[in-house]
This record gives sequence, structure tokens and C-alpha cells, in this order.
Amino acid sequence: MGRITLDKVEKSFGDVSVIPPLDLTINDGEFVVFVGPSGCGKSTLLRLIAGLEDVSGGVISIDGNDATRVPPAKRGLAMVFQSYALYPHMSVRKNIAFPMRMAGMDKAEQDRRIEGAAAALNLTDYLDRRPGQLSGGQRQRVAIGRAIVREPAAFLFDEPLSNLDAALRHGMRLEISELHERLKTTMIYVTHDQVEAMTMADKIVVLQAGVIEQVGSPLELYHSPQNLFVAGFIGSPKMNFFSGADAAEHDAHTIGIRPEHLTVSTTEGRWKGTVGVAEHLGSDTFIHVHPEGDPAATLTVRVGGEFVASHGDTVHISPLHADRIHRFDAEGLRI
Amino acid sequence: MARAVTSRRKALNTTLAWLVGFLIFFPILWTILTSFKTEADAIANPPVFLFFDWTLENYEVVQERSNYMRFLWNSIFIAGGSTILGLLVAIPAAWSMAFVPSRRTKDILLWMLSTKMLPAVGVLYPIYLLCIQLGVLDNRYALVVILMLINLPIIVWMLYTYFREIPGEILEAARMDGASLKDELLYVLTPMAIPGIASTLLLNFILAWNEAFWTLNLTAVDAAPLTAFIASYSSPEGLFFAKLSAASTMAIAPILILGWFSQKQLVRGLTFGAVK
Repeated sequence: MGRITLDKVEKSFGDVSVIPPLDLTINDGEFVVFVGPSGCGKSTLLRLIAGLEDVSGGVISIDGNDATRVPPAKRGLAMVFQSYALYPHMSVRKNIAFPMRMAGMDKAEQDRRIEGAAAALNLTDYLDRRPGQLSGGQRQRVAIGRAIVREPAAFLFDEPLSNLDAALRHGMRLEISELHERLKTTMIYVTHDQVEAMTMADKIVVLQAGVIEQVGSPLELYHSPQNLFVAGFIGSPKMNFFSGADAAEHDAHTIGIRPEHLTVSTTEGRWKGTVGVAEHLGSDTFIHVHPEGDPAATLTVRVGGEFVASHGDTVHISPLHADRIHRFDAEGLRI
Repeated sequence: MARAVTSRRKALNTTLAWLVGFLIFFPILWTILTSFKTEADAIANPPVFLFFDWTLENYEVVQERSNYMRFLWNSIFIAGGSTILGLLVAIPAAWSMAFVPSRRTKDILLWMLSTKMLPAVGVLYPIYLLCIQLGVLDNRYALVVILMLINLPIIVWMLYTYFREIPGEILEAARMDGASLKDELLYVLTPMAIPGIASTLLLNFILAWNEAFWTLNLTAVDAAPLTAFIASYSSPEGLFFAKLSAASTMAIAPILILGWFSQKQLVRGLTFGAVK
């Protein structure tokens, strides 16, 4: 079991409030991702749940029990750190065994679980090595192994993939997702990478300055962002925003259209502009257009890979569907 | 670009380094040489360097006159005891300063170090009186405690600089893995800090071994370590340079050998944290 509820949890360091009072429920078996720009308080929130930081107010409960004052060792949660945080003086086997040793588990049971975890994580040949002799990806797998053998109530991941290169990151992302499918244990995952958030999460929590901007499934966030921040943060490349007369046409203060919901024509369209940069990815082309009358602004349009454009070309841009236009009021909230 | 060092310059530097090394070592060498001379040769003018009648007579006399082994054992007991006791106190202290610092941690560290700037003789009287009151004058256990307290600031400082190099996330990982504070110190921090603890232990052992002020003032017979053994040969009976030298050589030999075998650790201990 691993149902975690935060009730008016807040955190301040001295006089600086990092997280104003916040409520959140994480259901058993859910994969929840905390995402937001650097310094938004997502890691602090995770560390509050872990117990590595003390809350300044509010209640954290795990499976209905008040865990606010329970030390991290007794919360039954496992954590995977960005720096892996392996014990450098212990072999891989001893690293994985450590939490079980601390729990005073039977030696035969320890060995059985180590073998199981090593087989699942492809570490069987490395059990007698020291962490220093492993690659980054292997170290991260050891850290995950150390977390799973305990069969915790929930896993906490603090930006676990940011020290890996792009190819490895993709592979590990799949491995962690598969692990979740297999174990069905609650996982809380902190990242600043929205691709990780979108691909892995059941539920995404978007944070900014310690405040929850929106909670929802990846597609909910994509299709109906509740405010301008979420609209701009989720989706790559970023959503295009229009204000003034363009927005007034739709009875809004600001309107937003994603690059994939715009279309480009060489002859006619809603907005006219010149191409600044065209990024040809093969499968897609991202065209960055400076609209006529406001050359400092940039509109990004995503078109098929076969569309060829180059710097200085004149193009016309139009929205693809009227129902894919997001409308926001003067406070930046969705209408 | 790396600085170009010509071979001539290198040779010059090496010669200079050896010269300085020899100058520093000369008094010890002279002591050792004198210990093998007769009393007449020892005070000869001009002094004789290597060409004299080598004799072991001084060592025989010293052995007959005093019980070297008892002094040696007292030295080992006092230096070893104070070092181990010091580590037991300093490891938790340095842990808290390195990993859960408060706003005052830096001040506490500096204040601790400032006690080392106080002349020891300034507190001789109160400590001497305390020892009499408690009935622990000339007591080895009392000296263990006193020397531990004298060297504690240095032990805490050295361990603190070592512990600062250990990433806090590893200790947090241990906490998440269910380790209690005791487990964290015992199974994670201490093994990771072994090189640092070893050089701290070594340096402190040497400092305690060489400590003469308190050991001379607070001991008489029972607890007297090798420092008292040497001092007993600079007596008003007359000049016995050769015998004094023999006693000194016997007193410094153990620590000199220990230092020789552990010089790598010692140098690391003394310069740790100086770079980076």
C-alpha cells in the first residue's frame, strides 16, 4: 500500500517561504510526476515526503497514518537520488543488501531478493564490483535495485536520469515505466524534463514557486491547461500566445495555439510573416516565423517533414481547428 | 602551458631540499651519534663526528638505572588512550558540524581552535589543583583525559574537513534505507572516512606521545611516560650528555619508526583540504 496525502503542508527556510500551504493526494499504485522549472520547490516537496526535511506546518500521512514527525528510516519509503548516492566502500551486492540488513532480514531471504533484483535489472555479473567500477547507467540500476528489494510503500525518484546521456536516459525511462507496470507500487518522480513527465506519469503535478498550478493526466494538461503557465510549460515546442486584437476576436485576453495546431501556406492565411529559422528534423519541420508588424515576436509552426522553407521566405499561417484555440482571461486563467 | 623546468634547476632544487632536510634532521642525528660515544667524547672540543670509539655502554647504564619498559608502556597507554577517547568524542562532534551545521558552527570551530592559542602554563595551576583535589595526580587515566582534551580541537578540525568531503546525499540514502543514527555513523560514515580517521589518529598519537608539559608536571613515578624518562637524565648530578642522548634515542625511536612507515598518511593528513 502507498497512499500519501499532504494536508496544508508548508515549508519555509528561515523567513523565506519555499512552499506555501498545499494539499495533494497520491493514490496507491499511482505514478505521479512533480514537474516545474528549477527552484519551483519540487525537490523540496519530495524531501518533505521522504522526511529528509521537516515540514514547517501541515500533516503528511502515509496509508492513513500521520507520518509528519516520523524519521525517514521509519516511513517505509525508498528513494533514488540524482547522484545515485551509492555506498562507495561496499560491493553492489552489499549496497543492495543494506536496507534489508538494517531491517534485520533473514540472510537467505536477503540473498533471494538480491538475486531477483539483479536478474531484473541486468546486474547479475556486477554483484561483486564496487560502484566506482560501474558506468552511470549501471550505478543508477544499483540504486533502483537497492530501492526495490525493500518492497517499500512508495518509491521516490529525485531527478534520477539527469546525470545520464540522452540515449541511456531514454532506455532507463522505459525501464522505470516497466518497473512500475510490474510492481504497481506508488512512485513519485521529480523532474524538470517535461518529456519524462508526459511519457511516464499517470498524474502530473505542475509546480511553480511552490504552488501547484495544475494536477492532471498528461493528456488533460496538454488539452486543457488551466492557466498560461501550464499552457506554456507543457508541450514542446512551446505554445504560441496572441494577445490584443487577435485575442479579442475570441473574447479572451490571451489566446494560445500549439505549433502542431497551426498550418502554413505560401499563398494565403490568417497571419503573414517571414521565416526566421526552419528546423528540419526529417519527420517534422519546425518553422519559426516573425509575423509582419511585430518582427521581434516568433511564432512556431510544426509541419510535415517534407515541407521545405528557408530563412527570409514569406509565409502565411492559420489555425488548423477553431476548437484547438486555448482562451485565457486577464488573470491568465482558462476560459 | 606547464612551467618548463630545466634539469639543472631540478638538480639544484633537489640539493637544496636535501640540505634543508639534513639541517632539520641534524639535531636528531647528533643525539643518536652522541648516544654511542663515551662521556669524554660527548663533550670533546672540537666535537668528533663519526670517528670515535663506538660503544653501547650508555644503553647498558640507562637500562640498569631505570625501567625503560615501564616508561614505554605508560607512553603507549597515554598516547593511545587519549587518541582513541578523542576519536570517540570527535567523530559525533565532527559529524554534526559537517552535516547538520547551524549558523554558529563556524564560530564554535574557531572558538575551539582558539583554546589551542592559550599558553598551557596559564591553566597549569587550576588543573594541578584539580588533580590533587580529585586524587589523580600521577595517574595514567587522568593524563589520558587531559591529553584528550588538549588535542580535541585538532582532532575535531581534522575530522570536520574530512567529513565535509563526503557527499551528504549518501548519508541521506542511508537514512532512507532504514539506518538509525548509530548505523549511519558506524556502517556508512566511518568506513568512508577511514583514510581521514587513520591520519587523524596517527597525527594525534604523535602529538600525545611528544607532549611534555602536562606529562612532566602531572606525573612523578607511576604514570611517568618517556618524556619523564628523558628528563630524569638532565639532572643536577652533572653532565651526562651521552647517557641523556641514549635515553632520548630510546624515547624517540618508537615514534620515529611509526612515522617512517606512515609518512604518506601523515602528509595527507596535514595537507588535506588545503587544495580544492
